[in-house]
Amino acid sequence: MLARFGHRLLAGIAVVLGVVTLTFFLLHLAPGDPSDIMLGPAATAEQRADQRTALGLDRPLPAQFATWLSRFARGDWGNSIAKGRPVRGLLAAAWRHTAWLIALSLLLSYLIGLAIGAVQAARSGSRLDTLLSVSTVTLFAMPGYWLGLMLVLLFTYWARVLPAFGIAGLDSDYLQGAGWVIDRLRHLALPLATLTLVGIGGAARFVRGGMLETLSQPFITTAYAKGLKPRRVVSHHALRNALTPVVTMLGLSLPALFSGAVFVEAVFAWPGVGRVLVEAVRARDYPVVMAATAISAVLVVAGNMIADVLAAWVDPRVRGAQGGSAPS
Amino acid sequence: MKRLLRDRRGAFGFLVLLVVVVCALAAPLVTNGDPVGQHDIVATRFIPPLSSDPHGVFHPLGTDRFGRDVWTRLVYGARISMGVGVLAVLISLAVGVVVGALAGFWRGPVSLALLGLTDFALAVPRVVLLLLLAALWQPSTTLVVTVLGLTGWMGIARLVHGEVRSLAARPFVEGAVAVGARRLRILARHILPNALTPVIVAAALGIGNAIILEGGLSYLGLGVQAPTPSWGNMIASGGDTLVNAPWVATAPGVALVLVVIACTQLGDALRDVLDPNLRR
Repeated sequence: MLARFGHRLLAGIAVVLGVVTLTFFLLHLAPGDPSDIMLGPAATAEQRADQRTALGLDRPLPAQFATWLSRFARGDWGNSIAKGRPVRGLLAAAWRHTAWLIALSLLLSYLIGLAIGAVQAARSGSRLDTLLSVSTVTLFAMPGYWLGLMLVLLFTYWARVLPAFGIAGLDSDYLQGAGWVIDRLRHLALPLATLTLVGIGGAARFVRGGMLETLSQPFITTAYAKGLKPRRVVSHHALRNALTPVVTMLGLSLPALFSGAVFVEAVFAWPGVGRVLVEAVRARDYPVVMAATAISAVLVVAGNMIADVLAAWVDPRVRGAQGGSAPS
Repeated sequence: MKRLLRDRRGAFGFLVLLVVVVCALAAPLVTNGDPVGQHDIVATRFIPPLSSDPHGVFHPLGTDRFGRDVWTRLVYGARISMGVGVLAVLISLAVGVVVGALAGFWRGPVSLALLGLTDFALAVPRVVLLLLLAALWQPSTTLVVTVLGLTGWMGIARLVHGEVRSLAARPFVEGAVAVGARRLRILARHILPNALTPVIVAAALGIGNAIILEGGLSYLGLGVQAPTPSWGNMIASGGDTLVNAPWVATAPGVALVLVVIACTQLGDALRDVLDPNLRR
């Protein structure tokens, strides 16, 4: 177990290094650089050259990369070229916002998805099953950016109950205690609902499939033969066994969730990493893009590893197995 | 094919995709409007669905803020969105099948390197890569297709790799070797055709995914560029006029969701029909 974890850790570090290297060279080889954007089209060639020297962009690429890497590893992430603020502070705030959104929606969508999937499998073939299947397939097919707009239309423009964008109201600085919390929650409601609804579709479909497979196995027949109530068979015997792939899936859905969050953040003007990244890429803000990419790669790799560990915890059979693979 | 259409999901998926593809191909026939031209904007903008503008032109889905007919743009947008989805998946298929087949059939350093590459690419956050690639070069339809194709092949490569590896150990391959067939021929004629079932299913699912991502990139302004209509940039521009004209964003979204559902349903049905073990 420990050896396997060590192996995964090494592989994970390699992946993060690879992503960072790839990003760095893509970024620097692409046309356009921050000095163009900072100085505008009217700048002379001389001004450009000076600016490039000031930013350290005139040195050979491998040397720039080495400098960046060693500074980054030591915790010096530099300043944003476009905003002048330290990258660390910029990203720390953004990450907090994104992490809240992702963690809550992951939790909610899997809890609800698990319940729906279990009900469907228990009542397989019934009208309820069909109805729920149609709903989950539809949810699964919805792009977050569109579902978000539709929710804004419903809840902001028609029902006028929830705010459509931002993380807090204009008056949030003057709110205290419960008022502050309610303001935050109201702003969280629509982005969270969007991400969660899309997530439920995937989770429920997956749980239903896994449960049906488990329910067709001999030990379930045994449980029924012992005279156990169907409810107990589903909740105590089937659900636990169907959980392993779900847990693995949970870790694997982290990248997808992050992707979804990038678009949902754009819809709701949610000040998270997705927005920071989109803005930084447009402005060729090298330090910000690099740091944000590195962190998202770390998160994705960590998600996969946590999924692995959790899977081993849920299913004793995986503990001894070599290189457990994800469900396809 | 018959079995596929007898499956309710298969029939639904097939029908929806058929209608969309026919509409897209026959765009000038199902609508006589102009998807990009702007005429008499003030009089014709924000006409609600199922009504006519002052010039007596009927707009089944209304008009957008430039007075362009939403139905016309939807139909022409289908060309772009479906085209981008299909082409991107074809690129993914080509890369994925080649990588997976090579890694599955030739064991050794090549296989290890290819598998490592696949795992690496799988671990890269796709949207980050998409954003980088799409934002760093001049956004265009070609770029979107290429980028989506080149970031979507890993799942297919893994599938093909698994299939090829298990098939290569089967007696009929041994037989082909014994007859003296060349390795490449064995791979192309004997193994790959047998490995295609899960690939077709993955491709069907992949098209839906690619269309959603194209929409996302266009939504961020990094995809298909205005005035060319794609469902993604229609949703984006409709999002700006949600208050005055909610139908502008609603229509392409509904079309997009329908197509994606059709793709997943068709994929599920295909899997059941093509794989006798999974038939319930």
